[in-house]
Amino acid sequence: MSEWTKHDLLDLQGLSAAEIEMVLETAKSFREVSTRDVKKVPVLRGKTIVMLFFEPSTRTRVSFELAAKRLSADTLNISANSSSLSKGETVLDMAQNIEAMNVDLIITRHSSAGVPKVLSENLQASIVNAGDGCRAHPTQALLDMFTIQEKLGRIKGLKVGIIGDILHSRVARSNIIGLNKMGAEVTVCGPSTLMPIGIEAMGTKVNYDLEEVIQTSDVLMLLRLQKERQKDKFIPSIREYAKIFGINAEKLKHAKKDVLIMHPGPVNRGVELSADVADGKYSVILNQVTNGVAVRMAILYLLLGGKQQ
Amino acid sequence: MTVLIKNAIIVNADKMNDQPQDILLEKGSIVQIAPSIKNDKATVIDAQGKLVMPGLIDIHVHLREPGREDKETIETGAKAAVHGGFTTIMCMPNTNPVIDNAMIVDSIFKEAKRVGLVNVIPIGAITKGQKDEELVDIFELQKAGCLAISDDGKSVVNSQLMRLAMDYAKMANILVIEHCEEPLLSAGGVMNEGKMSTQLGIKGQSGLAETVIVARDIELAKYLDTKVHMAHMSLRRSVELIRQAKKEGIQITAEACPHHFTLTDEDVSSFNTSTKVNPPLRTKDDVAAIKEGIKDGTIDCIVTDHAPHTQEDKEVDFEHAPFGMIGLETSVGLTITELVEPKVISWAQMVEKMSTAPAKIVGLEKKGVIQEGMDADITIIDPQKEWEVRREDFVSKSKNSPFIGRTLKGQVTTTICGGKVVYQA
Amino acid sequence: MTEPHKVLDKEHIRRALLRIAHEILEKNKGHENLCIVGIRSRGVPLAERINQHIKQIEGEEIPLGILDITLYRDDLTLIAHQPVVHETLINFDLTDKKIILVDDVLFTGRTVRAALDALVDFGRPASIQLASLIDRGHRELPIRADYVGKNIPTSLDQNVKVILKEVDDKADQVIVVNRNQKENNE
Repeated sequence: MSEWTKHDLLDLQGLSAAEIEMVLETAKSFREVSTRDVKKVPVLRGKTIVMLFFEPSTRTRVSFELAAKRLSADTLNISANSSSLSKGETVLDMAQNIEAMNVDLIITRHSSAGVPKVLSENLQASIVNAGDGCRAHPTQALLDMFTIQEKLGRIKGLKVGIIGDILHSRVARSNIIGLNKMGAEVTVCGPSTLMPIGIEAMGTKVNYDLEEVIQTSDVLMLLRLQKERQKDKFIPSIREYAKIFGINAEKLKHAKKDVLIMHPGPVNRGVELSADVADGKYSVILNQVTNGVAVRMAILYLLLGGKQQ
Repeated sequence: MTVLIKNAIIVNADKMNDQPQDILLEKGSIVQIAPSIKNDKATVIDAQGKLVMPGLIDIHVHLREPGREDKETIETGAKAAVHGGFTTIMCMPNTNPVIDNAMIVDSIFKEAKRVGLVNVIPIGAITKGQKDEELVDIFELQKAGCLAISDDGKSVVNSQLMRLAMDYAKMANILVIEHCEEPLLSAGGVMNEGKMSTQLGIKGQSGLAETVIVARDIELAKYLDTKVHMAHMSLRRSVELIRQAKKEGIQITAEACPHHFTLTDEDVSSFNTSTKVNPPLRTKDDVAAIKEGIKDGTIDCIVTDHAPHTQEDKEVDFEHAPFGMIGLETSVGLTITELVEPKVISWAQMVEKMSTAPAKIVGLEKKGVIQEGMDADITIIDPQKEWEVRREDFVSKSKNSPFIGRTLKGQVTTTICGGKVVYQA
Repeated sequence: MTEPHKVLDKEHIRRALLRIAHEILEKNKGHENLCIVGIRSRGVPLAERINQHIKQIEGEEIPLGILDITLYRDDLTLIAHQPVVHETLINFDLTDKKIILVDDVLFTGRTVRAALDALVDFGRPASIQLASLIDRGHRELPIRADYVGKNIPTSLDQNVKVILKEVDDKADQVIVVNRNQKENNE
């Protein structure tokens, strides 16, 4: 296996297939740690990890925090927003201030694309992108791929349908990039008004016919529909969306027999997924959550290890 | 002050002289052009190996005074202008307060006169406070010295109000400049909508926001049989609409900015907030079309849309950074590097786009040509000089340029305004 | 020494492991309550072989675990790239068990220190005993083996290589090489 040389995790565009493989392989080893009585290994003892979130998040933040703690790193949470920055202070100022306290790694999330990249160009600390704008959410895509590999034994050659609000989804974008690198074939499906222009260029097909996507996919990845999209008039109504682009047991009758139902959470039950499907035998939604911790442990381990150059 | 320029290769829009001439400037006018002039009192400038052009005119800049003097002032803007080779600049009214009455116009003229480097001519607003509700007192602005009105920064969205403004402006003999952006279509978009915005996950604004207003204003100009000037055109479709309108004899003029013929939306992937500009950087195809438009005359003139912003304002995330980049000090270099050197346009056409045409569009009768009797506004350029754009070399108060680090060809060596040498490299 | 020097061959190794199995059973008075844990990577096949000998003697295997000590190493900040982490597989409760920890070469003692730290995270064993095929000396920590296949005095510029069929796909042997010398059988 190749050596890990990356200093930051900003997006999956920046990782090779071999590096993605390495993350997934490493995560496999870390999965076991979370099943022990003592769910902690000393590997990152003495390292300081700051979670600098400019956008509210519970699930991703908790997952990262558990990952860091199980590796014995010290963690600190900073929930910031534009109002908690004092007047004239920029995001970069704040990050530089935090770094000046000898922080080793900063996990960050921001509603605006590019913030993690700018931080990585200006800071010594490793940067992990926990979501920037609609651009990238690399750890989510990695844990999704990990879950697919765990359940189906491979990624290469699989057909993956990503369904929902593609326009505003960083999860979709990171998965398209990652799944392509790993040899899967991706199709996106959703209302045309929530389909970004030129998405094909990122390496996906577009199909507005959900039934066809259900029939042909090995994996169905549903995205959360933000309720504001109706207010912004992207869709006529949540009701119509649920009818046309939601998945229920009836529609799933035509799916492959070992299809995986995935969702980055939290699920709008009755909108993108009916409750019986979300909790049903095809659903691996909770596995995704469990695997999220292992994948994030792997990322933190790989990024923070080694001699400082 | 008497100035004698020796060995001048004079470039006018209609002709580039092949024989060097001497030019004598006195009392603010060009008094004599001849193969050899002797004058003992005159300050002599040897223009050997340089190109001598009529003073460059930028009819689209933002000087931020009054209101945001931390970004730029009339004084710093004027210094940047002469550093970039400009002798006349027209400043947009989106200041605080908005330039919508004679008092503010007077104050700007007064401050510009005190600074004394460059002709500063304020552009008045079209609507009071640029609120898109009531027309300004257009005659008052015209009599105060404004040559044009514009709500730059935004469109006059209310079509009826725009119709009335164009109609009234025709009577008052003042130019209407339109910033073409339908705000509901552009809302929230911070870069060009397309493949790049999809990849970068940044909310895009579609070209529709620009073209629907271009199309509307062409219809208004045709119906009213009057003039309208289109600010900072950025799209192939806009160029096509204007080309067609001109063919039909509609009195439309248009401008483009150096960044719209140099950069594309791919440059946004650096997340450098200096690439955030309105209208946004478009695609390679649009850049090609803007160049074609400049070449064939669809685009009449080159302007900078010089939009200074402080580091504090720009050093935020891409979405929240203000739109705009500075341009006065890179415009000549970019125009030569991107258009003249690759032979998209000739030196004479460069003079046309950067001096003669803008003078004509706004009605500056004594400017835009080197000819006896005209104003002594002269820009001298070293066409061979290669130079690197460096942050510390900007005279402008703000440094928000995406061109820092780029090597350009062609540099201003001397700027003469009203017969006075106002900049010398 | 200029040539790689073979110190144990296949038969030596087999006999050493058989003896260790006997010693383990003798010292612990049978196999009751015993577990065996191999340290990745070469400790694992050695633990499996000892367990087979125990089965031959006692008619029954004892529980076997696999331990990856990467996450407990004390030199992670000193090496350029993170070593690959492999899975740890201990599918039994260690509490109140007598653990036989198995490794190939006992040298500085740091690997064993890491393994001890790792083991206690899985429970509280009654005791931990250490079995090592080779003890080459040069301890940096107060650690000793309870069962040793062979003591091989070495100098610090030498390497002891244990080659095992299961891991290396080559005939079992133990060789001593000088650090700056490439083994001619590799």
